[in-house]
Amino acid sequence: MEFVPNIIGFACHWCTYAGADLAGSLRLKYPPTIKLIRVPCSGRIEPEYILDALAKGADGVLVGGCHFGDCHYKDGNYKTARRMLQLEEMIKEMGLEPERFRWEWISGSEGQKFAQVVTEFTETIKKLGPSPLKGGN
Amino acid sequence: MKIEQVFAKYFGQIPKNKGRNSQVKKIEINPITRLEGHGKIAIFLDDNGNVDDAFFQVVEFRGYEKFLQGMPMEEVPRTVSTVCGVCRGVHFTASMKAMDQIFGVEPTPTARKLREIYFMSHYIEDHAAILYALGLPDFVVGPEADPAVRNVVGLIQTVGAETGKAVLNKRRLAVKIFELLGGKPNHPVAALPGGWSKTLSEEERKMVDGWADELIDLGKITLQIFEDIILKNEKYMALVTGDMYKVVVNYMGSVAEDGKIAYYDGLQKVIDLNGNEIGTFRGKEYLDFIAERVLPWSYMKFPYQKKLGDWQGIKEGEGTNLYAVGPLPRLNIVSGMDTPEAQKHFEKYHDTFGAKPVHFVLAYHWARAIEMLSAAERIKELINDPEITSKDNWNKPTQVVGEGVGIIEAPRGTLIHHYVTDDKGIVTNANLIVATTHNNGPINLAIKNAAKHFIKDGKVDEAVLNYVEMAFRPYDLCLACATHTVTGVMPLEMEIYDSEGKLQKKMRNF
Amino acid sequence: MADKIKIAILLAGGCAGCEMSLVDMGDTLVNALEHLEVVFWAPTVADVKYKDLEEMPDQSIDVGFVDGMIRLSEQEHMCKVMRAKCKVLIAYGICAGLGSIPGMSNIHSAEELLKQGYMDTFSTDNPDGVLPQPEYTLDGKYDLTLPKFMSDVRVLDEIVDVDYYIGGCPPHPDFVAKAVQAIIAGNLPPKGSWITSGKAVCDVCKRNPRNKGKNREFVEHVYRTWEKAPEDDRCLLQQGILCFGPFTQGDCNASCLNVNMPCRGCGGPIPGVKDYGARAMSVIGSILGSEEAVKELAEKYPVLAKFYYRYSFAGSLLERKRKAVKGVK
Repeated sequence: MEFVPNIIGFACHWCTYAGADLAGSLRLKYPPTIKLIRVPCSGRIEPEYILDALAKGADGVLVGGCHFGDCHYKDGNYKTARRMLQLEEMIKEMGLEPERFRWEWISGSEGQKFAQVVTEFTETIKKLGPSPLKGGN
Repeated sequence: MKIEQVFAKYFGQIPKNKGRNSQVKKIEINPITRLEGHGKIAIFLDDNGNVDDAFFQVVEFRGYEKFLQGMPMEEVPRTVSTVCGVCRGVHFTASMKAMDQIFGVEPTPTARKLREIYFMSHYIEDHAAILYALGLPDFVVGPEADPAVRNVVGLIQTVGAETGKAVLNKRRLAVKIFELLGGKPNHPVAALPGGWSKTLSEEERKMVDGWADELIDLGKITLQIFEDIILKNEKYMALVTGDMYKVVVNYMGSVAEDGKIAYYDGLQKVIDLNGNEIGTFRGKEYLDFIAERVLPWSYMKFPYQKKLGDWQGIKEGEGTNLYAVGPLPRLNIVSGMDTPEAQKHFEKYHDTFGAKPVHFVLAYHWARAIEMLSAAERIKELINDPEITSKDNWNKPTQVVGEGVGIIEAPRGTLIHHYVTDDKGIVTNANLIVATTHNNGPINLAIKNAAKHFIKDGKVDEAVLNYVEMAFRPYDLCLACATHTVTGVMPLEMEIYDSEGKLQKKMRNF
Repeated sequence: MADKIKIAILLAGGCAGCEMSLVDMGDTLVNALEHLEVVFWAPTVADVKYKDLEEMPDQSIDVGFVDGMIRLSEQEHMCKVMRAKCKVLIAYGICAGLGSIPGMSNIHSAEELLKQGYMDTFSTDNPDGVLPQPEYTLDGKYDLTLPKFMSDVRVLDEIVDVDYYIGGCPPHPDFVAKAVQAIIAGNLPPKGSWITSGKAVCDVCKRNPRNKGKNREFVEHVYRTWEKAPEDDRCLLQQGILCFGPFTQGDCNASCLNVNMPCRGCGGPIPGVKDYGARAMSVIGSILGSEEAVKELAEKYPVLAKFYYRYSFAGSLLERKRKAVKGVK
């Protein structure tokens, strides 16, 4: 049976989630591998949620927020950047493939980009295979 | 790689021979009852039921030397302190001295004195805990006594509640000095390369000065108890000077410029079993003197003095290259103590035993009590030094040299921390030689000697455990975690094998 | 006169510092002993042996404390015995709670740890590359055995259900005194909680900017503790000296800050935090003022896991799952 990646996505309401909606309106195709969780701002995303998702067996985690200067709350996404930079290093140190975690700036008008990112990410995860953290209890 | 695979990879090529007669079938030992996390002694009997050989095996290993790599050097002291929570400040101090060298700085005079006060306070609380928990109960209640009373509770019952409480309260003052200067009452944090992060106000200074008097008192009380209970008792003195508790090896310790005692910093001196000097060294020169042999049956390595020859196994007497560290070796090496009251006791100690060096293992306890007093006197001296409240507490580094060796005399003996860092001061390699490791060979000898004396004709019972324990308890083993006890008994399991290599008896005292 | 509360204490793979903090309690412990009966304290006090504990009826002990992490199968076994015999089981000290410093050995493979210990260290004399072995025959006649270490450090709640956690390396004696008094009074929070005042180190630290009515500001540079002498009365984190005070339990009364050194998190996470290192990245990330500052942080502390997760690696989210999937033996 072919491996179908299970990807968790955290998307900010004002930009990335709107971008995902737009991808839908434009009938753009992308793999149904991503499960989106909407948050008010990417700055709301605790690294803990990402680690929790990976620990629960997610094959990949995607984080999406507004471009710098576009954040509805002014500087939430700056904090996101400063956290995610550390998190990607930490995931590597903990022995998990760093390619399983990806973070992007995707605005509300970038439906195309959203579909593209999800498609690429799914391919990456397919090549990596299922997460080594599945199973246990 | 799993541990089983690692063992298989390195174990694979050595043939398995079970028992003397390799046709005897493999000995079945129930894996669930295998001893773990404690001291383990294996004793082998010959055909007459007498002891053929005995081995002390250490079952602890945590891997600090590896996981400290990648850590900034200034974070190391407070991290490496957790190697042991009973010797709660020694790894911190040794690594702090190594850190000075890594950054190419020396502490300011005030910082150096603060560090010494803190270190001496640790000496007092540590030696006090050991003496009252291990050393004195052995004598006060006697080696044949039930373990249930051969501990600090039984001791207090014997010396009286008043004295007992006084001792506990005074010891607590030493911990308070430790916390005041170090930050936490255990696992301190105040180390800076070239300094100490905490300075003393005049108010704090006065407080510590008062406490120092009480700690000197504690030292005197302890030595008095020693005198009354042990020195005046002929039966005990016979045990102290007997052959069954005697180990003849070389000795290593620190000396100051004038040849007197030095705990925090000094020149390392090695003497042979007759008292002749083999050599002295500082810092990285330790590698010219000490090598640690790995043997497959213990997690603790076996250091030996290279200048006396290559590894030749565990033997004592003329020609041995094994050596011991700790209070007794220190008092064998130094020409005197650096404080007056302790000096008086030092002279009495050597008068009592006559010949130097002293090889009687039980004398470790007496040496410990003398050091306790000397540490308290030293605090009193330093706390009254005019520079002690100065705010000049840090020689801030401006460079990274990249290598450092910190050697101190910890209460249990010489401690060596050796680090190498990259040009940013991030650790790339570490080597720790802990006090108890130096004593690994002598401890094996002490156990063998005691076992040979007390086990005859195959008669082995619980009392034997007590006697064998008394042989190595004076070394005050710190097996760096699950094996060190506070109130008395060293947890250990003893396995007795007959001449066929069959497990005849297994006993545990915990 | 009410019955005395029965307590039991087990030291697993720890440094015994937590035991010493009980001893350091001094008078408080002696007074508390009027209400407590210590029925088992091993291996520290050995007159009650391991097998005696095993023979006690289940649930016959009111409160049990376990300190130290778990690395040997005998430690695992005794933790299970403690769970069976004790009505309430407490993970005492940050080793039992989250693995503490020895937990960092999980970052390396067993092979790496052994190779460094027994082959690569400067003074090691090991010409044949021998490693300690579970079974070895010396001189053709002495059979010597050593216990096998499990492949990973585990924390107490990976082995048994834990009712309460107390953080600290070790827990400060004054705080333990309060905890013991709460136990005597039956004054405990919901099961599964950390016993803590709930305050972070910042809340009790004299350097908190709030004490002067000031707000926190973004931090532009990161300094290692040897690079900068901290100004008195000013928050260390605000000066660029990274301090974990904001997300660490402050029951120690900011001990390290009292000697002008930054907090490194031995108290454990403040309530509501599931993964200590994750929260550390989050908070430090949000107070740093730029991506350049983050890059400076990463350069100066190249192994982030040994920085943020110093006391909590073995108990972190990813680590727990990795061990559960692999199975630790």
